[in-house]
Amino acid sequence: MKWLKNNSEKVAIPLVFVALWLLKYFGVINNYLLQILMLAGVNIIMTESLNLVNGVTGQNSIGHAGFMAVGAYISALFTDIIFNVSDMPLIPQTALFLLATIIGGIIAAVFGYLIGMPTLRLRGDYLAIVTLGFGEVIRAIIRITPFVGAARGMMGIPKLANLFWIYLFVILALYVCRNFIDSSYGRACMAIRDNEIAANTLGINVSRYKIIAFVTSAFMAGVAGSMFAHTMRYLHPDIFSYIKSTDFLVYLYAGGVGSISGAFLGGFVLTILPEILRFMQEWRLVIYGALLLIIILFRPQGLFGGKEFSWLKLKTGGIHQMGLKDLLGRKKMIKKEASAEETSQ
Amino acid sequence: MKYKEAGLVTFLQLLVYGLQLGSIYALLAIGYTMVFGIIRMINMAHGDFLMIGSYAVYFLVSIFFADQMIGPAIALLVVMIAAGITGMIGVGVERIAYKPLRKRSTISTMIAAIGVSLFTQNFFRAIPAIGPNPRMGPKLLVDKLFFIGPVQLSMARIIVIILSLIIMAILYAVVMNTKIGIQMRAVSCDKDASSLMGADVNRVISTTFFIGAGLAAISGAFYANSYPVLTVTMGATLGNKAFIAAVIGGIGDIRGAVLGGYIMGVIEIMISAVYSELAYGFSFVALIIILLFKPEGLLGKPMVEKV
Repeated sequence: MKWLKNNSEKVAIPLVFVALWLLKYFGVINNYLLQILMLAGVNIIMTESLNLVNGVTGQNSIGHAGFMAVGAYISALFTDIIFNVSDMPLIPQTALFLLATIIGGIIAAVFGYLIGMPTLRLRGDYLAIVTLGFGEVIRAIIRITPFVGAARGMMGIPKLANLFWIYLFVILALYVCRNFIDSSYGRACMAIRDNEIAANTLGINVSRYKIIAFVTSAFMAGVAGSMFAHTMRYLHPDIFSYIKSTDFLVYLYAGGVGSISGAFLGGFVLTILPEILRFMQEWRLVIYGALLLIIILFRPQGLFGGKEFSWLKLKTGGIHQMGLKDLLGRKKMIKKEASAEETSQ
Repeated sequence: MKYKEAGLVTFLQLLVYGLQLGSIYALLAIGYTMVFGIIRMINMAHGDFLMIGSYAVYFLVSIFFADQMIGPAIALLVVMIAAGITGMIGVGVERIAYKPLRKRSTISTMIAAIGVSLFTQNFFRAIPAIGPNPRMGPKLLVDKLFFIGPVQLSMARIIVIILSLIIMAILYAVVMNTKIGIQMRAVSCDKDASSLMGADVNRVISTTFFIGAGLAAISGAFYANSYPVLTVTMGATLGNKAFIAAVIGGIGDIRGAVLGGYIMGVIEIMISAVYSELAYGFSFVALIIILLFKPEGLLGKPMVEKV
């Protein structure tokens, strides 16, 4: 029983998947719902990836769809054009799909490094401007590249992503984020977010940690892009426009910036919400905009801000309260001192 | 020899087109740069003021004047009224959406601006009077074509360029000489200190938004007159480019915004004459290159971060 209590996530994660699979098997989740669920998974990975940059490191990336586009196109290039995967048996097909996903992620990470290297050294909103520019440049490049379909878009990508893979990658993304934030890297990033100059004086190599966070985030965005490509089976440069990037910002800030659970819920709920609001037709996006404004005005920490699901709880305490103090482990030290004093008394 | 001359004529011709587009960018970029200068905020909804302005002109013309060629004097009046309306909307947006966030981080005001932008665009799309379909923009002036040497000019183009220059000169004079202009510059230097010196910070910020949104509306009117298709999303793309123009020129500096706007306009027209698919992406490449070598922009001063 005690084991179950301590390791509830190890039981819950497969159980949730089995439940989803059963619902799908008995037809409760039809193809439409399945598609939305899979898209929600993709959006969750994207929001978590954005959270690493905007929430944890305190930098502003507003062109994240660019990395997603890189991942999507590179992986689709692999599975669709270089190896024609759809004729293969299941095992090599899956292996190539995973390989393409990883390669998509790596190429996106390389782009992240190339952009992050020069711009993350600068202070201010330059990253915002450059990432915005990057997203548009990628789109312009795709538009004039004939072998990925140019402005017509890329059609007939094999449908390799299924509920299992997306579920797996969402869980992986959540764990990567949690462990990143919980590591010394994550704490250094949070110190940079809270006060860059102070972090610098304490010996944190500011631009190095910013780049680490940004490249990790770009990798995750690339993976999400590959999932997106193999779910939607159709890619067009205009899908990855500036509007797509703002979608993820909206998910993140509505859910709760800096919180893994917040990003998760933001991505999940706000993917489904427009579908629920569909009966309102063109007014749904008006409401969507107004909701975003209301959340940012009256609940700036986001719907889930500052809180975490118990299984995502960090060993070091809440994210929002953490800062330089925790970086030096002072909180623990103070606690130890206090308990030592108590026992001595 | 003949070949060279033809090249020169094409160049001059493109330069005129570029200056026209550049005027529109410059007017729009001024709004970005002034708002950034005063409250350090990237107003992502600024492009939507252009959209509102051009729709305001469209409705004023189609309601009050059945025929669209209304002559220069009335056209100017209509544009000014549209600018006034849009300016008031700008002030309202600032009061409702941005003012409560003034003490918060830049990213949260930016998100608020994205919210405003989403709301405005979709609201305009949802109301039946505007709707999702593009509209023919109002042609305010009878267009006369004439030639200087081999270069073809048109009245509308010349008027857009000259009027923009006049407006920008007036704005510069206002910012440099009048009391409110001096207050603006003071607030952009140090908000708290200038409020101690007696500047009404709220009023200064409202005025900035009024001027910025008004200029966006004027550039919207010019845009609608030059490229007469109105859509609810027209502001987003133009706004992004004008923002880049402001950054290239040096954000926070009005002269920089004007310079950046003209550079963007001319480069974009020149590139699209060679290969039109490249034009949009190229402006961003230019931006990244400029940021790499001179991150504060062409005319900007490097910012020093103090503890």
